[in-house]
Amino acid sequence: MSVGGEWYLTLAAALFTIGAVGVLVRRNVLVMFMCVELMLNAVNLTFVTFARMLNDIGGQSLVFFVLVVAAAEVVVGLGIIVAIFRRRVGATADDLHLLKG
Amino acid sequence: MLDNAFLIPLLPLLGFCVLVAAGKRAGEPAAGWIGASAVGASFLFTLVAFFELLGREQGARSVGDHLFTWIEVGGFRVDAGLLLDPLSITMALFVTGVGFLIHVYSIGYMHGDERFSKFFVYLNLFVFSMLMLILGDSLLLTFLGWEGVGACSYLLISFWFERESAASAGKKAFVVNRIGDFGFMIAMFLCFATFGTLQYAGIIEGAEGAPHTTVTAIALLLFVGACGKSAQLPLFVWLPDAMEGPTPVSALIHAATMVTAGVYLMARAAPLLALTPDVGTTIAIVGAATALFAATIACAQDDIKRVLAYSTISQLGYMFLAVGSGAYVAAIFHMVTHAFFKALLFLGAGSVIHGLHDEQDMKRMGALKKWMPVTSATFVIGWLAIAGVPPFAGFWSKDDILLNAYEKSPALWAVGLLTALLTAYYMSRQVFLVFWGEERWRKAPVADKLELTEPEPVGDQAAVAVAPALMGPGDQVATGHGDHAAVADGHPAAGHGAHGREPHESPWLMTGPLVVLAVLSVVAGFVNLPFGSWARLEHWLEPVFEESLHHVDATSSTKLTLALVAIAAAGAGLAFAYATFMKAKRVDAYEPAILKRAWGIDAIYAAVIVTPGRALSAFLAYVVDAKVIDGVVNSLGTLVRGGGGVLRKVQTGYVRNYALGVAFGATLLLGWVVVRSGGV
Amino acid sequence: MNDLDFPILSAIVLLPAAAAAVVALLPKNRPDVIRLVGFLAALAVGVLTVVLAFAFDAGDAAYQFVSQHNWIEDLGVSWIVGVDGISLFLVVLTGVLFPIALIGPKVHRDVKSYTAWMLVLEAGCLGSFLSLDLFVFFLFFEVTLVPMYFIIGGWGYDNRVYASIKFFLYTLFGSAFMLVGMLALVYLSAKGKPVTFDVRELAERGTLAESTARWLFLAFTAAFAVKIPLFPVHTWLPDAHTEAPTAGSVILAGVLLKLGTYGILRFAVTLFPAAAVDLAPLLLTLATIGIIYGALVATVQKDLKRLVAYSSVAHLGFIVLGTFALTNQGVAGGVLQMVNHGLSTGALFLLVGMIYERRHTRQISELNGLQKSMPVMAAVFTVVMLSSVGLPGLNGFVGEFLILIGTFITHRWWAVVATAGVILAALYLLWAYQRVFHGTPTGDNVGLPDMTWRERAVMAPLVVLIVFLGVYPKPVLDRINPSVEALVSRIEKATDHRQPAVATRHEVDGE
Repeated sequence: MSVGGEWYLTLAAALFTIGAVGVLVRRNVLVMFMCVELMLNAVNLTFVTFARMLNDIGGQSLVFFVLVVAAAEVVVGLGIIVAIFRRRVGATADDLHLLKG
Repeated sequence: MLDNAFLIPLLPLLGFCVLVAAGKRAGEPAAGWIGASAVGASFLFTLVAFFELLGREQGARSVGDHLFTWIEVGGFRVDAGLLLDPLSITMALFVTGVGFLIHVYSIGYMHGDERFSKFFVYLNLFVFSMLMLILGDSLLLTFLGWEGVGACSYLLISFWFERESAASAGKKAFVVNRIGDFGFMIAMFLCFATFGTLQYAGIIEGAEGAPHTTVTAIALLLFVGACGKSAQLPLFVWLPDAMEGPTPVSALIHAATMVTAGVYLMARAAPLLALTPDVGTTIAIVGAATALFAATIACAQDDIKRVLAYSTISQLGYMFLAVGSGAYVAAIFHMVTHAFFKALLFLGAGSVIHGLHDEQDMKRMGALKKWMPVTSATFVIGWLAIAGVPPFAGFWSKDDILLNAYEKSPALWAVGLLTALLTAYYMSRQVFLVFWGEERWRKAPVADKLELTEPEPVGDQAAVAVAPALMGPGDQVATGHGDHAAVADGHPAAGHGAHGREPHESPWLMTGPLVVLAVLSVVAGFVNLPFGSWARLEHWLEPVFEESLHHVDATSSTKLTLALVAIAAAGAGLAFAYATFMKAKRVDAYEPAILKRAWGIDAIYAAVIVTPGRALSAFLAYVVDAKVIDGVVNSLGTLVRGGGGVLRKVQTGYVRNYALGVAFGATLLLGWVVVRSGGV
Repeated sequence: MNDLDFPILSAIVLLPAAAAAVVALLPKNRPDVIRLVGFLAALAVGVLTVVLAFAFDAGDAAYQFVSQHNWIEDLGVSWIVGVDGISLFLVVLTGVLFPIALIGPKVHRDVKSYTAWMLVLEAGCLGSFLSLDLFVFFLFFEVTLVPMYFIIGGWGYDNRVYASIKFFLYTLFGSAFMLVGMLALVYLSAKGKPVTFDVRELAERGTLAESTARWLFLAFTAAFAVKIPLFPVHTWLPDAHTEAPTAGSVILAGVLLKLGTYGILRFAVTLFPAAAVDLAPLLLTLATIGIIYGALVATVQKDLKRLVAYSSVAHLGFIVLGTFALTNQGVAGGVLQMVNHGLSTGALFLLVGMIYERRHTRQISELNGLQKSMPVMAAVFTVVMLSSVGLPGLNGFVGEFLILIGTFITHRWWAVVATAGVILAALYLLWAYQRVFHGTPTGDNVGLPDMTWRERAVMAPLVVLIVFLGVYPKPVLDRINPSVEALVSRIEKATDHRQPAVATRHEVDGE
């Protein structure tokens, strides 16, 4: 039995859903952050799969962009999170609703 | 000289520039002499130009002088160009001539005024503007001068701006004049639309072929302009108030020159009027009505200058009566003689006011004959001239007008005659009250104190002027006349306090011009005697008017009869005044309150125009602008703000809510794409 | 012509922008240096604009000194600057007014930001007048809002926040229509041809349907009408004028309002001639209402600055009136009057500012008898006032008269009603003058210092120009005329609108 592209896509969908649900239900900022990473990488997986299936290198190259951006985002995001944890101990995402209208 | 005619207006302009730059430094009396010499030189140039023109044959007495192109856009072109013809030169002669005399007089009259040099700045600018009005070869240049003299008039009336009444009078003069200018401007638009030019030559050339209604409209609109400037019904209200200005200003601007500009304009428009007899009739009726109307008011005024002001309006009415009757020469003739004797009377009045330390109420004068011999002698000549006593100048010119009016319509003549009678009466009343009778100025005017607090006519300057004499420190009468201090320091006579209450004759700088004007008032009539070749002015002006001029065809006996009737009327008025004021020695007689208030016209205008206008403006500003338009704008703002207030609830600040929104939106979008592509 | 071998127009636009950047880099604690740099930069621009006016070829109706560089090629957006008779004197006016506004009134705080914003504003105004690319014009047009917003909001009087926001939102609201109209125009004109924002090219294409053109015209006019401001969208102006600092008022009245009238002429009328002819009666009516309405409302104002602001509404009404008369005289008069209004109203605001600096009030009722202690100021005020009233011999008259006569020959009754506005102008200004300057001074009005030499130097160029343009407007009109005539004849070619014969040059007189 060969592992077809559908498998990969299914895995990606599952990873993405896990990530999305994680962002929605978790309160811990770090965990939410990792869930976002999960979603990004799920998308990456989709890109690679389609590149392979369609024989188009474009998808692969786009993954690099996503990786780079994700790396940059991690730097900024972690920086912010560290800054938050320095100010208040054990803050959850719900404590940070300063942008409430 | 004719080629260099631009020097005539240029000199007063130069004088103006010099005085603006260095007038204050030149000080008194040098600034006055600078101003006077500029006008004097201009007079000499005009005289030269006059003789050169006279040396030419009749047909060639019209010279154009193109200076530069002022405005040019497409087919609209106005040049700064001068037109020298008998009409404009005649006007220029007496404007510069009388102007020069009044400049000289002013040096004496304005002595000691803190804004001495500024006075001559304005006067020179005025003479320049007046000359542009006269010499301009197009309607627009005339309009330039027209507005210029209006502005100078504004500046000079409110010269003693510390007085509220003077400031108001200046503004009133300008605004009322502007109403007339409205007509002038529309007339110019119509001229351009019809003839494609604003030059007199082009307009006159095209007038024959133009539609009758258009020409009628132009003539009527020009007349509206003339009514404003020459203070005719219904726009005369500014002139009596204009007496707030220094007396030389009243003499120069509000008697001799500026107010006759309307008559000049009508004379220029003579070819148009010739095509539209109905307009002529309208002008004659308005003129006659104004003459009578103003004469009645003049009979009841107490202020020495106000009598003369209403008299001026009345005499201008005569001129318009002449214009309306087609007697342009008679109008110009009367304009010239009137310039002499009315300037004389005003300057004489100024001399009296000066000699009596700012007293303007005739009821506080009397017997000045003894104290001011020169002033009274010259004033008497002016009086006889205006009253129409032969052989003084006024008789000839007034007789000419009445004769022409008679040919237009006997009714107009009758009105003119009645006016002549009234003129003789009110002028005699003035002379008798001022120069004969008792020395009322000796009496401490305490008895009159009560009168002062009564409501008096608008611009109650008699009371204002007399206030300083009445007031002890802290005197309660001062309320309402709080500006008296300004009169004292604004007026030239401030330095005369040491002279005491005795009247005194004015210095030669003031009496000199009086004498010259008195001589002119005697002889000016002889330039146009109604005896064939003696009618020199008529021959001189004839080429300007050509066929539009009305020629008298009455028989000699009719002429003689009319003249005798006019003399009789003048005699009657004179005799009646003599009986009342000399024989019966009355001081106040026949002065109905309504006439004192000038038939209440000011009050009517206030009620009909000013008050509703102000209410409308306030309504627009505080209701329409602030409530309606801004209301809409602000309520739009409020609406947006309210909407935002509702929508802000969506922004919870919880990341999960936002994430849910994103997820929900993404799902929705995805669903939409799938459905659209027919995937389901 | 065009013998200037450097891109003078680009220099004129970029110099103030560069100067603003320089000012931003200067140390904050040296206000004197900052003022000097700002003034010198503005003065240099002023000199350049005057050079431009002299180098300008008076006989040529086309755009001169054009320089063109591609910017966003795919969208057809280019940097195109050029000047013709319509924009020339607005550029000169901007060049003259800015140094005066920068050096004239005192600045009470934060000179650095103030000067920088003023220079940005100048760049924006000049860019708007010179840009021939619709897109770039729109950018500059919008850019002017930002510095003006900060100048009103930062250096204004008590109610400045309300006024600045009102000003910003009001004008932005109008511009939104223009943005849509502009994009629609470019999109619709691009059928089968390359996309372009070049105004000259767009005007030539003329592929729009009649009703489309009318809507687009209205969209453009909406933006400009707010800017002018035309009745009934004028209510931002009195607030903005009253609350703005003196220099802000000067520039607002002198230059910014002209962006509206200029825009109407350059874009709305040029791009949609047929629609302009069809809708002229509407705009003439609004203009006439504005003339009478502005004048009447001005008569009852209690605040001197507000009074001048409403007089602007009336004066700008005249300009719109002349523009939509669509005759040589009317349009040329309108262009000239833009300059005249800039000079005389600018001068009026400066004078009111000087009074405010002495008395710290603008309430007419609190002022009286100022002529007593300030005769020079009173004299200057009188000249400026009479110019604003439209006295012949001063600049205001020439423009006003051309507008009225140009309107009269095509739209008689509008002109007649508008002429009544001339009477009212005399009424409100003279009345205000009487209350402020005449009478005997009382209270704090006694013994005020007269104009200083610096103030006189600031006013002198304005007064000189006011007199010069009134006595000899020919050099200016000679440069305005060819472009105006070309514009009007373009409209005549595109529509059945015809000027009366008297309006055009006739050779009979033997020129």
